[in-house]
Amino acid sequence: MTLQVRKFDAIVVGAGGSGMRAALELARSNLKVAVLSKVFPTRSHTVAAQGGIAAPLANSTEDNWHWHMYDTVKGSDYLGDQDAIEYMCRRAVEVVVELEHMGMPFDRLENGRIYQRPFGGHTQNYGSNKMAMRSCAAADRTGHAMLHTLYQQNVRTNTQFFVEWMALDLIRDPQDGAVVGVTALEMETGEVCIFQGKATLLATGGGGRIYWATTNAFINTGDGLGLAARAGLPLEDMEFWQFHPTGVAGAGVLITEGVRGEGGYLLNKDGERFMERYAPNAKDLASRDVVSRAMTTEIKEGRGCGEHGDHLMLKLDHLGPEVINQRLPGIREIAIKFANADPIRDPIPVVPTVHYQMGGIPTNYMGQVVAPEGASKEAIVPGFYAAGECACVSVHGANRLGTNSLLDLVVFGKSSGEQMLKDMRGQPAPHRALPKDAGDLTRARLARLDSAASGERVVDVLNDLRRAMQAHCGVFRFPDDLVKGVARVEEIAARAKRTFIQDKSKTFNTARVEALELDNLIETAMSTVVSAEARKESRGAHTRSDYPGRDDKNWMKHTLWYKEGNRLDYKPVHQKPLSVEPFEPKVRTY
Amino acid sequence: MKLSIYRYDPDKDPKPYMQDYDVALDQSDRMLLDALVKAKVLDDSLSFRRSCREGVCGSDAMNINGKNGLACITKVAELPDHVTLRPLPGLPVIRDLIVDMTQFFKQYHSIKPYVINNDPPPERERLQFPEEREQLNGLYECILCACCTTACPSFWWNPDKFVGPAGLLQAYRFIADSRDQATAERLDNLEDPYRLFRCHTIMNCVDVCPKHLNPTRAIGHIKELMVKRSV
Repeated sequence: MTLQVRKFDAIVVGAGGSGMRAALELARSNLKVAVLSKVFPTRSHTVAAQGGIAAPLANSTEDNWHWHMYDTVKGSDYLGDQDAIEYMCRRAVEVVVELEHMGMPFDRLENGRIYQRPFGGHTQNYGSNKMAMRSCAAADRTGHAMLHTLYQQNVRTNTQFFVEWMALDLIRDPQDGAVVGVTALEMETGEVCIFQGKATLLATGGGGRIYWATTNAFINTGDGLGLAARAGLPLEDMEFWQFHPTGVAGAGVLITEGVRGEGGYLLNKDGERFMERYAPNAKDLASRDVVSRAMTTEIKEGRGCGEHGDHLMLKLDHLGPEVINQRLPGIREIAIKFANADPIRDPIPVVPTVHYQMGGIPTNYMGQVVAPEGASKEAIVPGFYAAGECACVSVHGANRLGTNSLLDLVVFGKSSGEQMLKDMRGQPAPHRALPKDAGDLTRARLARLDSAASGERVVDVLNDLRRAMQAHCGVFRFPDDLVKGVARVEEIAARAKRTFIQDKSKTFNTARVEALELDNLIETAMSTVVSAEARKESRGAHTRSDYPGRDDKNWMKHTLWYKEGNRLDYKPVHQKPLSVEPFEPKVRTY
Repeated sequence: MKLSIYRYDPDKDPKPYMQDYDVALDQSDRMLLDALVKAKVLDDSLSFRRSCREGVCGSDAMNINGKNGLACITKVAELPDHVTLRPLPGLPVIRDLIVDMTQFFKQYHSIKPYVINNDPPPERERLQFPEEREQLNGLYECILCACCTTACPSFWWNPDKFVGPAGLLQAYRFIADSRDQATAERLDNLEDPYRLFRCHTIMNCVDVCPKHLNPTRAIGHIKELMVKRSV
């Protein structure tokens, strides 16, 4: 069976914030562009972002990109690349104003300007104890407002979407490793095609479903990471996972940090506002890694709330019904539905919950994927781009600041689109020939699933993986657990090769999709636990009991994990910004 | 909990049928979607869409005991012990609970769902005052789940001609936006015996909207604007 080939100039995989922002940039040309998405674009997980998008508009407090840059570098625990961080912060005002011009329904101030709220780790004047109001918000539905606006603009520009198509494997030219396309499965028909392109962008989001307790949607299965890893490319800094301080206990659903930005705070079982002990200045608005560690410590030391002492309380009733209904209506809805608590009267039970993957496919700030080759640690992989949560630019380093993720999506979605246009203009007209074995890997994976009559159930392997990650690679990490975790995930990965599905239908076979997603989750989990075991220090979201301090001498470097041989490599952090003086590493306190 | 679920796989089933599942729920299974995920563990061929599991992506709309809703925010505790699940009515079924939403999105696209403003964009944000922004509340929050449109008899009868409540709610979202300059064009686009005027204020849409939005009221506003400009 040969696969049908569909030719495009550019291929975008993923239709969340970064994929659709890139698609808009590509729409400015008369090139042929395909945007593939596993779900209808407005179902992408960007839709669930709540609190806001960072930009130093200075609508309510004095602000500028230098301060934003400092906060982001510090928030990253100095692992972020300072050139990329400068680039992002300098373009923030431009991309947010563009979103407003596109029609995004931001909340407004009395003077008609965009409403901004404080958020964790965002300060004035290089980390002073005055918070910057930098988070541009549409109530507590900023992601929804942004994603729908971007989709609407893509309707206007007539973007060609391939909805409910799942990308399966990258196709690379063996000559120079250039990416020349992807294979993809149309869910409705079961048809598999090759999408051949001169430029391929992965914008597939994160893989937070590797954990048991996660704010992530079912679809967040690290698909782009799996594609890149299987194609021999490294994944960067995968040990760094953000635990959001406020997931609804037991349900995992996100409660925005904007609640604390508006004045809410956390309490332990004694009714104590414990963050005052851990972060005397910023208190509840310290960085997320700091707050999540504090909460986990409170729970471990017996000050958790509830029958099992396994969560804490987020109090916001003192904000009054007016603020809650106007600024946090979605939170109220979620708390009533998922926690049986109306925040106008009752506190919300919350617990640190996996939320965001700081690592991903290594790129530069123009979205070009870079990997070690010869003497270079960062050789450009021709024709291959990544943006958004699946990419590691790296602007978030070891810990992301709230509201910087939506900003990352639009800044690097846009810059990737710009770079793809530039690179395609420089290319000769015809497509490169596809390699002879194009599509073989995909065919083999599908054939195995179709023919397997017995084996491991996908759901069992998946649940074991998620439990293993939760137990072995959490907020605090212990050396024995990490070593056992690697062995455990290796064992589970072997089982994942023996999965079988009963459903063999061609039509909308979700069992097949879930089996294929499991492969991507395995790569995501393996890279995480192997990278975490190896990093012998504590930095940002990676906290080890045996190495409690940050070790800049030995570990101020990015991890690169390769699937082949479970091998690790490292590369230096870009400590030199584009135009300003570097921010030298300091002890990080809030 | 007993689930009776509409099953149809065009690859093998000559016609649709109902299949029963007995699902043992534990304490953490709060929502109907949790029960469906459990049923899929028993039978991996059971097909439905789902993603965010918190009522914001709009994937898992279905007909629950005769009423459209989102499985992920429908509490098991508020349902009877026997629940019948069918695909959203009025759209072609692809498989089981998965419907073909092409017609629904076609109608959404037909209202030009984007701000139209032909002035050169200013350096900074366009100003919009809180009372102007307030006009968008109850409109922009739509998640395009199609619960409303597929509960509307007017849409069942004329899915190709009647825009439907979701599309019309969005048509008014852009009319109501102080930054939009295309009200006249938008009204022209709806001036037709079917596109707008097939709404007979049956109000099923209001009854089922999982986000508590009110398409009927938005449609009323558009009709008022139509009348105003004709006199």
